[in-house]
Amino acid sequence: MNYTNLLKISGGALLRNKMRAFLTMLGIIIGVASVIAMLGIGQGSKQSIREQMSGMGTNLVFVMPGSQQRGGVQMGPSNMQSLTMDDVTAIAKECPHVAAVSPEVRSSGQVVAGNKNWPSTIYGGNVAYMGIKKIEVADGRLFTDKEVHAMAKVCLVGQTVVDNLFGEGADPIGQTIRFKKIPMLIIGVLAEKGENSFGQDQDDMIIAPYTTVQRRILAIDHIQGIYTSATSEEESELAIAEISTVLRRQHKISNPADDDFRVMAQAELVKMFTSISDVLTMLLGAIAGISLLVGGIGIMNIMFVSVTERTREIGLRMAIGGKSIHIMAQFLIESMMLSVSGGIVGILLGYLISYVVSGMMGWPVVITSQSVVLSFLVCSAIGIFFGWYPARKASALNPIDALRYE
Amino acid sequence: MDKTIIQVAGLRKEFHVGDVTVHALKGIDLTITQGEFVAIMGTSGSGKSTMLNILGCLDKPTGGDYFLDGINVAGLDKNQLAEVRNLKLGFVFQAYNLLPRTSALENVELPLFYNPRVKTRERRDRARAALEAVGLAGRMHHTPAQLSGGQQQRVAIARSLVNDPVVILADEATGNLDTRTSYEIMELFQRLNDQGKTIVFVTHEPDIARLTKRSIVFRDGHVIKQQAVTDRLYASELIAALPVEND
Ligand SMILES: Nc1ncnc2c1ncn2[C@@H]1O[C@H](COP(=O)(O)OP(=O)(O)O)[C@@H](O)[C@H]1O
Ligand SMILES: [Mg+2]
Repeated sequence: MNYTNLLKISGGALLRNKMRAFLTMLGIIIGVASVIAMLGIGQGSKQSIREQMSGMGTNLVFVMPGSQQRGGVQMGPSNMQSLTMDDVTAIAKECPHVAAVSPEVRSSGQVVAGNKNWPSTIYGGNVAYMGIKKIEVADGRLFTDKEVHAMAKVCLVGQTVVDNLFGEGADPIGQTIRFKKIPMLIIGVLAEKGENSFGQDQDDMIIAPYTTVQRRILAIDHIQGIYTSATSEEESELAIAEISTVLRRQHKISNPADDDFRVMAQAELVKMFTSISDVLTMLLGAIAGISLLVGGIGIMNIMFVSVTERTREIGLRMAIGGKSIHIMAQFLIESMMLSVSGGIVGILLGYLISYVVSGMMGWPVVITSQSVVLSFLVCSAIGIFFGWYPARKASALNPIDALRYE
Repeated sequence: MDKTIIQVAGLRKEFHVGDVTVHALKGIDLTITQGEFVAIMGTSGSGKSTMLNILGCLDKPTGGDYFLDGINVAGLDKNQLAEVRNLKLGFVFQAYNLLPRTSALENVELPLFYNPRVKTRERRDRARAALEAVGLAGRMHHTPAQLSGGQQQRVAIARSLVNDPVVILADEATGNLDTRTSYEIMELFQRLNDQGKTIVFVTHEPDIARLTKRSIVFRDGHVIKQQAVTDRLYASELIAALPVEND
């Protein structure tokens, strides 16, 4: 008895019951497709988040005003105004693991140019700001230290702002825009960044000297955030510690629980997001795994039915010379054909789902060959595992009892 | 002296059903030689099928000896028995036992699947030859559902022939067929026997037994009579004598 013959026999039996074979395979198809899709989408979203975040610099360390809730009571607005330029100066002077530091202030509102206007956000920083946030100048120039001191009415605009105020492809340098009635000269255009993983348009922004935004637009004394670059990604932790120490002294805080600021590292955020995405992937993967198990039980069930239905056939095969091993192989191959062809269809379907979902979310499609090979092996194993018992039952039949079976 | 194909001595078979022990065969002695055409006769429940199943290595005797073509069957394990059935025995059942939705040709090929010495090409050729020998050359690709009872039984006979067995065992092979078709099947068996095939044929119909060469009568698990058929009939003559059907 060779394998081609066995394949023919088992395949023929399945083809005679196409609908039943398909329904049995469906469990496996759904299981494998969801495993492949879950892993693919999970990997894709993770990679996308990681790319976006490291696009902002993996050594980024930033300070936000405010605190964790204290005893359930959120502190008042003064708490949100805790950061000042003195803090920035102190950090720049005293933190050896901070390579660059910039204040951040921002304001949202309508930007007007001629008869057009567009809602956007203006960010204020010093000359190091764009370097820290990895924003590049595509055209024109950055503002200078002098302009920062002078509260110069100059700005750099993102591509989305250009498109909406001046039309696509227009050169806005030298033109003037108005933001909250303040006229500002455009001295540069920002390099395009596209959407981030949260669907935010990173080109819809204007950058100006912080002094201009702080004094002329917002008319405030505090700043809204501090952005720094640690000397390296690995040294972010040290930078956080140094910054915290400096700020506590500046703010006269002795107990870290009383902090009126939060220091965070981009690297940490990346870790947090990817670990959330890992947990989700695992959870969904586990659900997909359960559906594979259910699919396997479905195969076992149908194989039992198949063995019972064909008891007389088994008897006949034995009567004309079929050995136990032939009968066993016949049914094992039948169940493996079910599970493996279900697996192949499932892999293709999983691919399709990954492409569609990732396409909609703008994520890269990451389907590792490991997950495909693994699914394939798991399917074969399911075929053998769940086909084993029914096949054993068939092969252990007594020829005469099987022939007489009603 | 012709070669002994089947030699049975003191053969017993008991069935246990709950607390009851059924003695189906109570010490059978039999010898069947090459080229014989033997009818095993007897009333229902006399042990004919039980005997044939043991001769066919489908069932094991409770006691006694059975030599098939010089082999002591009692000493064989499950796999060896399967090989013996494959190479030395051909079965014809009352209910034909063909695989449904499978062509006549594939049904006949089936025993050759389990014979590792036969390659694909030879398998097909031998199955064709067997179907031609039983007069079904034009029905190779018909499934059982597309064939009459007589034709199905011919397919089953072709299947029993295809591995060139030393003996063909048939249990009530004409039991499901009308008179004319039964005679046609018997004509086929007579022809095969003329060509040298050894045939053991179980039947409870005396007129069918008269178409064989020797009858062995069972009653209640014993052989009560063995005799050569003296007034032998020929199926071809019986068919010729049947009233012509006009339709
Ligand atoms: N599998 C079995 N279990 C129990 N009793 C059986 C079995 N097979 C046959 N018998 C009994 O053995 C006896 C002979 O049966 P069988 O050989 O089938 O008779 P025949 O074929 O001559 O009609 C009967 O009494 C029958 O009930
Ligand atoms: Mg019987």
